[in-house]
Amino acid sequence: MDPLIAPDQIPYLPRGVRLAHDRVRGIRVLQAPERAMQLDAVGDAILSELDGRRSMAAIATRLAQRYNAPARQIAADLSDFLTGLVERRMVFVKDAP
Amino acid sequence: MKDHAQPRDLDGNPVRPGLPMAMLAEITHRCPLACPYCSNPVELTRAQAELPAEDWARVFREAADLGVLQVHVSGGEPGARRDLAQIVTSAREAGLYVNLITSGIGITRDRLQELDRAGVDHVQLSLQGIRPDMADRISGHPGSWDKKMGFAGWVTEIGFPLTINAVVHRQNMDRLPDMIDLAETLGARRIEVATVQFHGWADLNRAALMPTGDQAAAARRIVNEARIRLRGRMVIDYVPADHHAIYPKACMGGWGSTGLNVAPDGTVLPCHAAQSITWMKFENVKDRALSDIWHMSDSFNAFRGTAWMSEPCRSCDRKTVDFGGCRCQAMALAGDARATDPVCSKSPLRARVVARAEEDAASDTADLIYRRMKKGG
Repeated sequence: MDPLIAPDQIPYLPRGVRLAHDRVRGIRVLQAPERAMQLDAVGDAILSELDGRRSMAAIATRLAQRYNAPARQIAADLSDFLTGLVERRMVFVKDAP
Repeated sequence: MKDHAQPRDLDGNPVRPGLPMAMLAEITHRCPLACPYCSNPVELTRAQAELPAEDWARVFREAADLGVLQVHVSGGEPGARRDLAQIVTSAREAGLYVNLITSGIGITRDRLQELDRAGVDHVQLSLQGIRPDMADRISGHPGSWDKKMGFAGWVTEIGFPLTINAVVHRQNMDRLPDMIDLAETLGARRIEVATVQFHGWADLNRAALMPTGDQAAAARRIVNEARIRLRGRMVIDYVPADHHAIYPKACMGGWGSTGLNVAPDGTVLPCHAAQSITWMKFENVKDRALSDIWHMSDSFNAFRGTAWMSEPCRSCDRKTVDFGGCRCQAMALAGDARATDPVCSKSPLRARVVARAEEDAASDTADLIYRRMKKGG
């Protein structure tokens, strides 16, 4: 699957998409136009890294350090997860300034 | 109403209600458009009977406590209510994500900015056609096209995420590629292409709206190709013509499982067409708490689970996939809300349904019965 995001590009949550806590079910969710997606701990950790400044590569490095995992594997998982959300228009991508 | 605490389906089998994710809030039935396939019931609710904004605020709080995450503020045309911004504010204050479902008619640029401040998260705009002639004819509202295009411009200018909603039928289905192009040009993140569902008003217009089998097949092809071409740019959600399908749609993801609908007067429905099941009694938020209605009402429990099903659903391995299809369609086509959805290829009524759909599709009438409130009252 073509990844849709290059390592030097910056993924971000566009207007109308936000991380939220579902207090009734006790889970984290991604709120988006007419969709609420349940997030597991990994998804939540990834999306919490999106600050509109960090590139894919920078996010992968930070997650690899935090979870003490191989950067290559993290980068691949990150790309798969975010590509799925780019396809659903829940994550946007911009070029580094 | 059962006075004991165990929720039971209409045969008395115990059921276990889940929690709803989304609520459709039909805050009014008033609408400047007169689309002949409107999903509102044929018996429309008048302005005097509409729930006041304070009641909606309470309903939103109760919905959020019940587990609802998103509200679709709809109608009618929600902009027909002057207190729309107040209603939106209260939904956001309850913690709900607010989708505004609108025709774009009657909401000025100033009002849209007010709705931005009130906290609308997302705007869904309906389109009836891809040119003034078709859009104005289907909506029964001269000038609707120009107003909609203006509105779409303001949506993008303010920065709301935009979804285009296009109901397709025999008279506009051949222009589906143009509709998808238009949605892209308008900057939509998503287009919802929904084939007319033949309930209520649409059922009165079957002969003028029923798509042909060829159109339904072409639409699927067009959607599939466009999905590949637009990957990462625009999402296409597609509701196919179920009269031409092999299996029925999993209506509402299962009765009383993930969604609920509150009508303008506060009646709580498992789906927007549920009142077509004429023998069913529905509760009202004016009389009972929403969570009580969700968990304990006979209407919501009636078709929960699978124990109520009869054959061919009972022994079907798809019974937890499509839940027997649409109860309202079973009511409309089989005269029995408990029946297998007659569009299912396993239904004994299927051949008759297809024959009738083909007959309607072959009709050369284009005359429409428009959705209007009865005069007076």
